[in-house]
Amino acid sequence: MNILCAGINHHIAPVELRERFSVHNHEVGDVLDRIRTIDGLHEAVVVSTCNRVEFYAASICPARALDGVRAFLHERTGIEAPVYHHGTPQSVRHLFRVASGLDSMVLGETEILGQVKKAYATAAGLGATSRTLNRLFQNAFRVAKSVRTDTQITRGATSVGAVAVELAGKIFGGLQNRRVMILGAGETSELTARHLVARGVKTVIVSNRTYDRAAALAAEIGGMAIHFDHWHREFDDIDILISSTGAPHTILSREKLEPLMRRRSARPLFVIDLAVPRDVDPAVNHVEGVFLYDIDSLQEIARHSLSVRQQEVEQCERIIDTHVTSFITWLGRGGHTVSP
Amino acid sequence: MDRYWLVAASFCFLLSFGHTLYALGAGKFRPARFNLAAMLAGFGFATVFLVQRGQVVRACPITNLFEVLVFLSWSIVLIYLLVGPAYRLSLMGAFTAPLVLALMLFALIAPIDAAPKLQPPNPWVEFHAALSIIAYGAFGLACIAGVMFLVQERQLKLHRVSDLLYNLPPISDLSVANGRLLITGFALLTIAFAAGIIAGLPVHSIKSITSGVIWLVYGAIIVLRHRGLLAAHRIAMLSVAVFIVALVTLPAIQHLSVPPNL
Repeated sequence: MNILCAGINHHIAPVELRERFSVHNHEVGDVLDRIRTIDGLHEAVVVSTCNRVEFYAASICPARALDGVRAFLHERTGIEAPVYHHGTPQSVRHLFRVASGLDSMVLGETEILGQVKKAYATAAGLGATSRTLNRLFQNAFRVAKSVRTDTQITRGATSVGAVAVELAGKIFGGLQNRRVMILGAGETSELTARHLVARGVKTVIVSNRTYDRAAALAAEIGGMAIHFDHWHREFDDIDILISSTGAPHTILSREKLEPLMRRRSARPLFVIDLAVPRDVDPAVNHVEGVFLYDIDSLQEIARHSLSVRQQEVEQCERIIDTHVTSFITWLGRGGHTVSP
Repeated sequence: MDRYWLVAASFCFLLSFGHTLYALGAGKFRPARFNLAAMLAGFGFATVFLVQRGQVVRACPITNLFEVLVFLSWSIVLIYLLVGPAYRLSLMGAFTAPLVLALMLFALIAPIDAAPKLQPPNPWVEFHAALSIIAYGAFGLACIAGVMFLVQERQLKLHRVSDLLYNLPPISDLSVANGRLLITGFALLTIAFAAGIIAGLPVHSIKSITSGVIWLVYGAIIVLRHRGLLAAHRIAMLSVAVFIVALVTLPAIQHLSVPPNL
């Protein structure tokens, strides 16, 4: 029995192409039914995410199965796509790498594991998997867990927004009852705020020189807009300040902040200054209870995390190698029997 | 002979501390069961020592400075075992182990294990003394939470991305733990003082006055914290400073106290 993997991903295809191949949740059943009619193909799982569409199949005749998958994709999309394919053992290694986040756009990201688990559960639920793919995917989940636990591949955040969320977590713990204020409705501040909302922040106050823009952003992220002249009135109750105005000078100095901090009953304040030129005087970081990060420091942390993750790849590959060998041994021993 | 139990306990705390240092240095730190197991084993050995010593002195084994230090170490670990896992304060064991280890090593090395002055047992006096030391155990752990807060705060202020930043708990959690430990210690010390008054211990002795001042200082910190008049940073600093002062003055107080040495 062979394991076949065929598909396209972000390495070889732009989003315009990937989106034509994507398989939506409601289509999975039909797609799996169609794939399993391919001669010599016994089991199948389809993993469809924003960065990849991959078909995993167990087949006694991988060449014929691959032709069948290609024909199906052509028939479905009407285009000749640069589909890559792997046979055993590369296909096994590929799945283990995918599940571990080593093949992701953001190295070491963990969302993919959930997506692979969901894809497998769907296929298994529809009866599209049997002993070989069941074992393969269970192994993939074990590998991903081992890679995550025994290495630092998931260490740190690798984008400005994610770093901000991580730091907020290190200051406040849970973010559920935290209040965020956005000064200047720029793209990066919006993205950062969205990250925080995704982590449970309930209250977002948006203030912009143009009130309409503030109102529009507030409506988008479920926040509240206030006039720019009034932002300091809300200051006492906020925990996180994201600033990205286009002001040519600092809008928050140490002298201005110190009396405001005295009114906050010793609660810490996380200031994220995304503006260039900077909105917040760097001396603000010396105020007790204030943690100031500008765009450079956030990017530096993201770069550092990525570098740590890259250093871990070798160890991850070693873990994967061990599991691939173990799986291939099982497969070679005839651990699987073909249903008639 | 009973000192061997302390050596074994010290070895366990050393093992816990060393393992954490190695794991952090190698970038492999995980909140593992090893540290907790080592702390539990150390606690067990220290308990055996205290039980054996208690049988010898026929009282709570806090009859000299040596025993007081061991009892204090035991109390710190006891509070850690009760609080640490409950609050999921990662690395608290790693910070607790060196303090306890230092106290135990000092107790083992310094010539302070004087022969006990056997006194007729007075339950109120023993209760007062034991509870006082357990209260200091809580203050000791508040000091540790304070140190952890200051380390984490410094990392966040200086934008240092290290294993410590990722493994130490959020400063808000540390601040809460610090506050609760201060309150616990204060409550225990208050009860201990009440027991001392019931036992008829002298109120105007240097020991009582010093202890009263420490009680007042901790009380003031708690009130100022409750009213939001002290930032978490200052509370952490004070938790560390006051505990160190209490620890440094302990031998002097012990020396000055009249029999029974409680």
